[in-house]
Formats: sequence, structure tokens, C-alpha cells
Amino acid sequence: MQRRQLLQMAATAGLAWSAVGRTAFAATATQAGQQLPGNKRLIVVFLRGAVDGLSVVVPYSEGAYYQQRSSIALARPGQDGGVLDLDGHFGLNPNLAPLMPLWQSGKLAFVQASGSPDPTRSHFDAQDYMESGTPGRKGTPDGWLNRLLGAEPPVPAPAGTHASVTRGISVGATLPRIWAGANPVANIANGARATKPTLLDRPQVSKAFDALYSGDDAMSKAYRESQQSRAEVADAMSPAAMDHEQTVANNGAPLPNGFPDDAARLATLMRRDPNVQIAFLALGGWDTHVNQGGAKGQLAGRLQPLGQGLAELATRLGPTFDDTTILVISEFGRTVRQNGTGGTDHGHGNTMWALGGNIAGGKVYGRWPGIDASSLNEGRDLAVTTDFRQVLAGVCAHNLGLADNRLAAVFPGFDAAPLNLARA
Amino acid sequence: MMTLPIAPTMTRRSALAAALAAVAWRPAFAVEDANGAQAGALHVLNRLAFGPAPGDLDRVMRMGTPAWIAEQLHPERLALPSFLANQLATLRTPNESQRELVQSYREMQKEAKEAKQAETAPADGKKPGTDEGGERRKQIANIYLEAGEERLLQALNSPRQLEEVLVDFWFNHFNVYEGKGLVRVLTESYEREAIRPHVLGRFRAMLGATAKHPAMLFYLDNWLSVAPGYQPRRGFGAAGGAAKPSGLNENYAREVMELHTLGVDGGYTQQDVTELARILTGWTLAPSQQPGKRRFVNGQDFPTPQHHGDSIFGFDPARHDDGSKTWLGHSVPPNGQLEGEYALDVLARHPATARHIAFKLARHFVADEPTPALVSQIAQRFLDTDGDLRAAMQAIFDSPEFHDVRPVKFKTPYQYVLSSVRATGITTTNVRPLMATLTQLGQPLFGCQTPDGWHDTEADWLNPNAITQRVNFATALASGRLPLQRVDFTDAPAGANGMKAMERQTDRAMNKDMAVEGATPPVDVTALLATLSPAISDKTRAAVAGSPPPLRAALVLGSPDFMRR
Repeated sequence: MQRRQLLQMAATAGLAWSAVGRTAFAATATQAGQQLPGNKRLIVVFLRGAVDGLSVVVPYSEGAYYQQRSSIALARPGQDGGVLDLDGHFGLNPNLAPLMPLWQSGKLAFVQASGSPDPTRSHFDAQDYMESGTPGRKGTPDGWLNRLLGAEPPVPAPAGTHASVTRGISVGATLPRIWAGANPVANIANGARATKPTLLDRPQVSKAFDALYSGDDAMSKAYRESQQSRAEVADAMSPAAMDHEQTVANNGAPLPNGFPDDAARLATLMRRDPNVQIAFLALGGWDTHVNQGGAKGQLAGRLQPLGQGLAELATRLGPTFDDTTILVISEFGRTVRQNGTGGTDHGHGNTMWALGGNIAGGKVYGRWPGIDASSLNEGRDLAVTTDFRQVLAGVCAHNLGLADNRLAAVFPGFDAAPLNLARA
Repeated sequence: MMTLPIAPTMTRRSALAAALAAVAWRPAFAVEDANGAQAGALHVLNRLAFGPAPGDLDRVMRMGTPAWIAEQLHPERLALPSFLANQLATLRTPNESQRELVQSYREMQKEAKEAKQAETAPADGKKPGTDEGGERRKQIANIYLEAGEERLLQALNSPRQLEEVLVDFWFNHFNVYEGKGLVRVLTESYEREAIRPHVLGRFRAMLGATAKHPAMLFYLDNWLSVAPGYQPRRGFGAAGGAAKPSGLNENYAREVMELHTLGVDGGYTQQDVTELARILTGWTLAPSQQPGKRRFVNGQDFPTPQHHGDSIFGFDPARHDDGSKTWLGHSVPPNGQLEGEYALDVLARHPATARHIAFKLARHFVADEPTPALVSQIAQRFLDTDGDLRAAMQAIFDSPEFHDVRPVKFKTPYQYVLSSVRATGITTTNVRPLMATLTQLGQPLFGCQTPDGWHDTEADWLNPNAITQRVNFATALASGRLPLQRVDFTDAPAGANGMKAMERQTDRAMNKDMAVEGATPPVDVTALLATLSPAISDKTRAAVAGSPPPLRAALVLGSPDFMRR
């Protein structure tokens, strides 16, 4: 805790503290626009509640789509509220328009008809499987992001600096299943509170509590991880740094609360702190059983801030975006046919999204099984033709450069070929 | 520097620790010395109550834990203290009918819509959304606040602590989310009418009460689920606004099996989900129906809901799918509302339900990973008594597993916040800072969005941010920074942003050295240590003794010892 106290003393006294520890290094690296060699990043955005993938990447050229969805189908390109054409067959939900520049520059891809080999329509089991990375197996103790932290060696801390605990960052008050495991992960609060000072930032208070949490137990470790990561976040997000940020982002307008705001904060942190390699955020509210809507309405209202936030994330990552992959995943898709209440019920196949400078985008991947009655899974859902682990493992192997033998540790029991979404 | 008079306690504590280390654990009832009795008393206060308040340890020790447990199993025999009864008597929401509550919400929606329209076309120059609309929003926000007051004031101060623990458990089991439309105005009614009366009663009664409560009907969409091809009549279909249902919605049918009864591995199929959805068509809301009046539907007498007080539940035969169903291997002939009642009977008596409920209770009251033997014991008692929840609780408290007094459960934010305030002995009159703290700790009151409710293990709640947030709360509480006794709210914002404002106020109060209105006196560490006694370890006591006096109470409440129960 010495470094932390130093920082606090320095900050309190109004001294320049940029020469302390890792901070100095981070600042130098960022200022020079350098990237650490091999420092690939991954951000996973989990849409909890099963987003309706057929309303994200819309098969507008198929009559069956309009037949099955009489009141919630999105119109064809060029029509009022119509989808934005992607490839002549699929179109993007118009509420995701902020992502179209990424599609056009080849940095956004989708994997259509992807999902779990397990047939469950339970949100909670399906999320559990997608987070453990072991569909059908509930006993897996850890999550695949935590295993990935363990499999990917940390970037060596430069001489005289501390190893960081912030390699894995989760946004939100709790740590979800995907992070469960032996490797330390820090979590930061949603919203502006993430970077606001607290009572525990007072040296007298932290000194007293440091003594109580000095042990080797889980709580003491969690306490120390939090204190260290807060210090790192505070470094990267200091008022001076944030002033600079306003200029960089070239956008003084405050973002709406929620995802766009959290995404922007995370992007800033990741751009300024090269230690952060893997980040996770979750958004709820996708379980649209009633009045789902089309180009406007309930789902549209959820997609808008998501699209805006993802675009913010890409922009604010700056040059770091070239080494970053952003995955957007959700536990399953929804019924092809709309239900009796203007919504959709729990289905199977869905769409996975991948964004990043190193993604070979501008393409909808995956074999399209079709949505005519005879092609449906159990007569009601989009079938799964790509195992979600093919996509996750593919990104780990081809975008993050994870070696084959380490891949097996991240996705135990998975032996299908990873899907390569990376640029050649 | 001041020395704390803690030496005698430390000695007792060391003796206890040594004894525990030597024998791993022994049933508390077998330990006859005072230390064992104190540890046993602490244990039951941690598990059947939200931790000890001043004097509780002595009271339980005087009574003996078996007698105290027996008393807790019959909350109706315990009177509420008059200050609490008076606090509850000031709440207005419990006196409002479901119909009135829904009506308030609808009017707010209508006014908001009109205000929005006026905003886009401000022809008359009148500022829209003012006066009445604002008042209505305040009224809605106040209904939510009162739900929080009714819950937290009782959880803090009611002598019926087990009932309070069970209200939290069962609300969470049959979770509804206050942020979904109508549910906000119905949360208080839901807890008071569908949960609280049944927590030590029959499981079937609670299952039925939740199934018919408008909060659940709305939250999991069953109110809209209709027979395929249904044509809405005038009057009935307009109940909830724009939706014009034309077929099934399987949301509730799935979750009632997966989450409320059988459990996800309870052996049902997608076909069973669809069939149960058909069975439950017509279970809906009938808010426009006047009490005492009978409606005629399709030439039939519309059945007035029975035994539901002012309930706006209604079974609408016109919406019901009248075909035969095959569900969970049972063939269900057409029989109107009674099909659904039959289905709930089957679910309540199903062995998978008994196992599922037994596991969740054991996880809550005993350990994150309860032994299979304990779970089957509870499940068997549940089945033998036709879902008598008092008997199920008794089975837990009689088990040797329960009498392992080690504090192996990591407190949820809810348990942590409540046990902290209880330990200080502060008489809370303003629960807003506690509601804001729960939101910051990731467990907003009535705010679990998904129907599975909050999870209940250490892995779900122990994380880096949680520990430091709790420490911050402990420091603010112990140093008297939280306005828990504020009475005047004339300047406090209400309406849609009320909660956000509450959080900001709490943040400010927690982080600044300013006297806030309604702040409490700093907590006296000697009294606090006496209240918690064996819960606080030697290590913590030593650290407390060596710290600056203003921080001592904070260190006790923010200690690793106090994070567990």
C-alpha cells in the first residue's frame, strides 16, 4: 500500500506525481502513441435476456421473415424505417446506424445463426453456459474470461514497476460468472461514481482498514485488488487526463447515462492504461415478450444506446481500437414467429457481433439455415449452425494470438475448428 | 491514546477460538459454557435475524436458543413495538386498493403522454407537464418509497425477525421488478398481500397468491396471454394500454416451472411450457370491474374473484384456450380457471418442487453448498406436510448442519446494510440513504430486473468493489454522516429522478465532512463491541484498539468479521 499512500500524499499536497511507478510508464507509452508489443485487447459486451438477433441482422430478402412477423418486422432498405442494407440479403436495424461507418470500413462483422449446442431455453442456464464456456456442463467452476486471463501471459511489468491487477476489468457492482476463477479481476462501479473519491481514499481511513485486510483470505485479496485498481483507474482518469480526453474525443457533449457513458469511460481507461487487456460489461432488458416494436418501440429504445455506446467505444479507443476486439453476445435468440402479444419468446440461434481494427468485417459470417418452416429448430427457432465457442475461440486464437495449447485450457472439451474473423 | 476496555472479551474470544480449532465444530446445544451459549445466540441472530441489535445477545441467551427459535416461528404472537407500529401507521399505500394504485399509474401515463404531445406542439404557450402531472409522478415515486419504508423499517426493528428474513427470501424467490411499468405501484401490495401472509404458511397458498397478483401477472406478461385467435372485447382488452393480444405468451408459464416450482432440471419440456401457457390463458387483470358488480361475458356469468379482497385478478373465459391439454404427462380437460388451479396444485406437490425449495432454503439458512442429506430432509418434510413452510423451517433448525456455528455465509448487501444499522442501535426514520446504498452495492431494493431474483452465495457478492463500497458505507454510518433521522423532506426532489437524487445526496453525505440534516451521532465503539461480542475477532479488536478513536466503530462494522454471518 506504500505506493498508494505516496500517490495520495502527492495528490493531497498538489505535487506532481507522474514520476511514481507504473504511472510514468503508462503516460509515456500513451503519449507517444506506442502500443505494447503483443498487447491485444478484448471487450465482451453481454446482452442479458436474449436479444432478438433477427431484429439486429435482419433477413429482409426472405418472405418468411415478413410472414412470421406481421407486426414487428423491419421494412426493407429504402423504405420508411427500413433496415440498412449489409449484403443484399441481411440488413442492419436502423437504430444501429452509428455502427454503419464501422461496417463500411470493414471493422464490423456478424456471425448469423450462432449459439449454443445445448437446447436450453432457460435464460439462466444459457447465460451460465455462455459464461463458463462449457455448454451443457453446470459444474465448471470458472468462467472463460478468467481462464483467458490465466492463459494469456501478462505483459511484463517494466523494471521498477508494479504488476497490475487491472488486466481484467468488469464494469458493475458485482462480478459475473464469466470472471469466476483464480485470476484477480477488478470491478468498477457503473456511472461517474467509478472515478469519484470516497472516504477510503483518505490516507488515515485507508491506513486503518489496510491493517484489517492484510491477510491471505479472499476478502483481504479483494480489498487490496480494489484499492490498487482504484489507484490505477484514478491515475488514468485524473482530472488532467480527462481534460485531455475532451479534446481527443472532439465531442464536448455529455453522453446519456447508462451504456454510452460507461463505454466511453471504459474506452478512456483502456486507451490510457495499457495494462487493461480484457474488459466486460453487461446490459439487461432484452427479454421482449410483449410489444417488442419494430423500427420504433421497446427494442429500438434498447438498441439505440447500444449502437451509440459501441461507436463511442470504438472512437474513444483511438489507435488502441486496432488491437482491440469487441464481442457482443447474448444467451440465445428468440422465436422466429412473433407471439400472441407483439413480442417474441425464448428461441435458439442468434447473432454474434465482432468489432475491431483487426476484424475482417463488412461480412455476415456463418451458414444461414433459413427460416422457412422446415428449417427451424424444433419448428420455432432459428437453428444454430455455428457453435458460439467457434467464435470465442476464433477471436482468442486469431485476434488475440493465443496459442493452440492454451486455447484448449480456455475452452475445455471443445475441439471444433475456431472461426477465423481476423484480417489476413 | 485511549485504550479500549476489551481485555475480558478477548480472553473469552480466544478460549472460544481455541475450542473451535480443537474440535472443528460441535453442535451449539452441546456446548454448555457461556462462550458456547453466546456463540449459539449470535449464530441464530445471524441466520434467523438480520444480526444482533443492542441487547439481543443477552435476550437470546436468557431465553435459550430453542425457545427463541420457537418464538420466531410464531411471529403472530410477538407484538410490534409502538414506535414501529406508529411509523407503519403513517404509510398511505397499504390503505390503497389495487384498483386505486393501478388507476394512479394509468393517470400518470396519460398525463405524461399528454404533456409530451403538448411539448411537441406548444401552441397555447402553456408549459406542459407541470402541476398535476408532476404531482402524479411524485405520488408514484412516493408509493415506491413507502414500499421501501414498510420493508426496511420492519426489517430493522421488528421483533419478528425470522418473518422479515423470510419476506426477503420469498419476495426474491417470487421476484418482481419495480422498474417494469405497473409493478412500481404494486410492489408494496405484492409483498403485503402475496408474500408476507404466507412465509410460514402453505407453499401452495403463496404460489397461488403470486400467480394472481397483478404485479406478477404484469411482470411476467401472463395478463396478456390469450387463446390463439382471440378477439378483444371492448372494455376488457384496453386494461393495460396499447397491447392487443392475439395469442400465447409463454413467459410466466416457463418461469413458474423453472424458477418458482420444479427448477430448471425439474423434468419439463418446451411442450410442457406451451401447454401450461394454454392452461393459464385468461388469468388476467380486470381493473375496470367494479367491486360487487357481476359482468356477463358471452352470455355467461363472469365469476367475481373470490377470497382476494380487493384483488383485480380476473379470469376471463373469453381469453381462455378451451381445448384439451396434455401437460407433464397429465391430461387436462377443459375446465376454465380450475385448470390453472389444478396445475398449481400439481406443481406445489411435485417432488422436484420440494427439492428445489429445500435447496434454496438450505443455501440461505445453512451454507452455499448444503449437503444432499440436509436438502432431502427438508424436501421430505415439505412433501410430508403438503408444503407447510413452518415445518420446513423447523426441519432446517433441527438439523445438525444448522448447528454449525461458524459464520460461513457471506452477507448479501441487503444483509450487510441491515445488520450494520441494527448493530448501531440507531432508530432509523429515513430509509432513503439505505435504499441508495443498496443500489450502489448492486442490490437495489425491489430492483432485480430478472425473475430469478438475487443470487445467494459468496461467489455472487464477494468482489473487490463490494468490499471497499461496504467499508465506505461502514465509515459513513459509524461517523454519523448518513441522514437516517431526517424528518423534513420539503426540499427533497421527488418524481422519476427521486432515486438518482437520493443516491447523489447519499454520496455527498458519505464523502464530505459536513453536518447533514438528520445525521446521527457517531457510533460508540464500546457499546458496538458489546452488542456484537463474539462476532468480532481478536485480530479486529487489536486493530480497532490501535486506531484513532473516530475510526474505531467504522473498523468494527467494516471488518472482515462483520461481512459474514
